[in-house]
Amino acid sequence: MRFGIVTFPGSNCDYDCYHAIRDILGEKVDYIWHKEISIKNFDCVILPGGFSYGDYLRTGAIARFSPIMQAVKEYTEKGGLVIGICNGFQILLEAELLPGAMLVNKNLQFLCQTVNLKVENYNTPFTLRCAKERILRIPIAHKEGNYYADEGTWPKLKENNQIVFRYCDEQGEISDEANPNGSLFNIAGICNEKRNVLGMMPHPERASEAILGSEDGRLIFESIREYVKKL
Amino acid sequence: MFIANIYITLKEGVFDPQGTIIKHSLETLGFKEVSEVRMGKFVRLRLNHQNKEEAKKEVEQICKKVLTNPVIETYRFEIIDSLTF
Repeated sequence: MRFGIVTFPGSNCDYDCYHAIRDILGEKVDYIWHKEISIKNFDCVILPGGFSYGDYLRTGAIARFSPIMQAVKEYTEKGGLVIGICNGFQILLEAELLPGAMLVNKNLQFLCQTVNLKVENYNTPFTLRCAKERILRIPIAHKEGNYYADEGTWPKLKENNQIVFRYCDEQGEISDEANPNGSLFNIAGICNEKRNVLGMMPHPERASEAILGSEDGRLIFESIREYVKKL
Repeated sequence: MFIANIYITLKEGVFDPQGTIIKHSLETLGFKEVSEVRMGKFVRLRLNHQNKEEAKKEVEQICKKVLTNPVIETYRFEIIDSLTF
């Protein structure tokens, strides 16, 4: 299978993802420059982390107007798999490919730490390899990760099981103490109704090999591979 | 020539961490009469429109499409005749 990683001006986790896919997962991967206008021959597209357009105006607000984003939109409409990581998640929100928005972290700080994640939905192309009840340890690195959705939106997220990851403690308990950034319902990642678009603030590519302290992130990429190969 | 002054704030009910911290700080400094703080953004545009109504329509579009995220933000603006930017 072949992954595509979109590089925006200011993306800085594109190579980390490239390394995780090529060297750890052992799959084919190519960069897609943000000025491209089509997505061809890719089984999954990654919008990586970073500071696209310097995070000016709002995180992801300018990147959503990059030419590639129209192609990403069409790709998702045809059922293509898209995963947005950190800044990639913020771009998906601004592009309205996922519902809600990001606010600045509750404590106003840039947070760079490993968090515990509870997988709330195993029935997605991105989480099917995650063992039940297993807590994932994956790092976050962001200042705008305080997920917000209004009262017209969040009940639908719950109803449709679109909440995929939530911040929890080591035992898997969801609490305010385990919520690093003030996110609504401790949300760390959500998917769309069709389950083919995922946004997550934690960085699975930074937790995909033992030398980095955790291999849990690899489960996300392995899930995608398993899903694609079954198609 | 017109100038648009655009004020963007978080919607009512959306938690504003910056405003909250500023309010705490003001309290600490003794400004006890401040009961609420909302932090926002200010954007100024110089417009080449000849017609004020058309300028208004375009600024509305700009605010909706680019400058604000309607999920969390709201805006208001004024259009003034001015040469100084």
